[in-house]
Amino acid sequence: MPQNALPNGPGVGYKPQHFPDLTTDPDPVQWLEIHAENYMGDGGRPLAQLRHLAERFPMSVHGVGLSIGGEGPLDPNHLARLKTLCDWLQPASFSEHLAWSTHDSAFLNDLLPLPYTTETLRRVAEHIDEVQTTLGRHMLLENPSSYLAFAESTWSEPDFLAELAQRTGCGLLLDVNNVFVSATNLAIDAHMYIDTFPIDKVEEFHLGGHDEDEDDHGAPLLIDSHGREVADPVWSLLEYTLARSGARPLLIEWDTDVPDWATLAAEAARAETALARHRQGVAA
Amino acid sequence: MSVRQDSFRAAVLDPLAAVPEGLKDGQGRPAGRRFSVYRNNVVAGLITAIETSFPATAKLLGPEEFLSVASLYVRKFPPDTPMMMYYGASFPAFLQQQMRLDHLPQVADLARLEQTRREAYHASDAAPADPGELAGLAPEALANMRFDLAPALRLLRSDWPVHAIWAFHMTDDAPPPGQEAQNVLITRPAFDPEMAVIDTPTCAFLSALQSGATLAEAESAADAPFDLTAALGLLLQGQAIHQIIPGDIL
Repeated sequence: MPQNALPNGPGVGYKPQHFPDLTTDPDPVQWLEIHAENYMGDGGRPLAQLRHLAERFPMSVHGVGLSIGGEGPLDPNHLARLKTLCDWLQPASFSEHLAWSTHDSAFLNDLLPLPYTTETLRRVAEHIDEVQTTLGRHMLLENPSSYLAFAESTWSEPDFLAELAQRTGCGLLLDVNNVFVSATNLAIDAHMYIDTFPIDKVEEFHLGGHDEDEDDHGAPLLIDSHGREVADPVWSLLEYTLARSGARPLLIEWDTDVPDWATLAAEAARAETALARHRQGVAA
Repeated sequence: MSVRQDSFRAAVLDPLAAVPEGLKDGQGRPAGRRFSVYRNNVVAGLITAIETSFPATAKLLGPEEFLSVASLYVRKFPPDTPMMMYYGASFPAFLQQQMRLDHLPQVADLARLEQTRREAYHASDAAPADPGELAGLAPEALANMRFDLAPALRLLRSDWPVHAIWAFHMTDDAPPPGQEAQNVLITRPAFDPEMAVIDTPTCAFLSALQSGATLAEAESAADAPFDLTAALGLLLQGQAIHQIIPGDIL
């Protein structure tokens, strides 16, 4: 088993408007994920709610601001804040993105893409080592959603992530919607992506909704918006993936146009149905 | 062909800049408007963050003016920390410098009020002192005592009816703001910031207390008559007294 205490069931990205529902009737949600940076204030409601929820739910801390793919060094202050949060919260899991967001101290508040070169690989591996050493814990790295590619890339994304996991010992967070979005946008075969992905390193899945647009040539351009239900072809791709991996912790992400609890819980229930088909019995 | 992050960043923040070479679609053609996804995510995302933090300011400006001034701000001053709860601290000063907003001289103070409320919301927790401690003290003991006030407590001085402007934009049934200047005390009795309009001597008194003055020193800092009981009542009501520090016994 990976070093991960999240249950092999559905979780949701925590939104404060759902606090009353989560504290009364969270079914079928078994665990919660928070964006680390929202809980780095000094006090007040965010931290009070987090302390309360952490008594009841296994928690996953998901960083969106470390800029692990940045050309410059990691921000030691930010790393220290992550350590403070992980030290008091003791989450079951910590994850970040294969992306960059800070350059020359400007934080762009988005997950920006990286060329898959041997130079990027070396730098990201060093940064992961630094994170794992500083936090004193194993981390998961998430595959991005891509809107474009770099001419200079020499690695496929699955191979690149496999090599990073191999070099650093980190686990992987596989966002199945991101795979679908990137595969559509870059005209690659999503099933082949899954076939070549180092599935044994996957300790968590993400699923979210996307929007549809077009590029200059009228080709579909999917946007990873996290603002609606998970699309049907993404559920199918999840099914294909689970057939390889078996059940793992699965998160529903819904970050913009956040719905009422019933709508989000219905997505989590659909995730549970998918997971249940691939959850091994006790005797198996 | 290598795309460095400084050129990527510059092109993301500048809508007129060329898309960096070396970015392509799945067929090897130039990325074109695919790059706009990042431009839009970054700039629209930052503008939304400002709007979420400064809702009354956005309403006072109106959608068009807000979008225009916020676009300028986020491109010129992107966040310098991933803690987005602190992004926009310099937005009030930026508004003050915009000559195009000279017809809205009150807007910077309104933004300051919103920024101050946000600081109060995220400030450290501090358990309130027992109000009974205050009630039991003799008047001569009161004069020399100091208060350790809650970290969430904030005072805002303004030349504008800033609280009335805020209320007009953010609450139902609030009357249109008048002309008189308003100072605002912000406390955080539970988790939400509470505001009270206070007169200038009260504001000076509370400011002196916050800086560690004794009650007697703070009273003289007020430099004009004010309602001491009401001022202390606001602090108690706002759970803003963390500790009562007795004065030296002379």
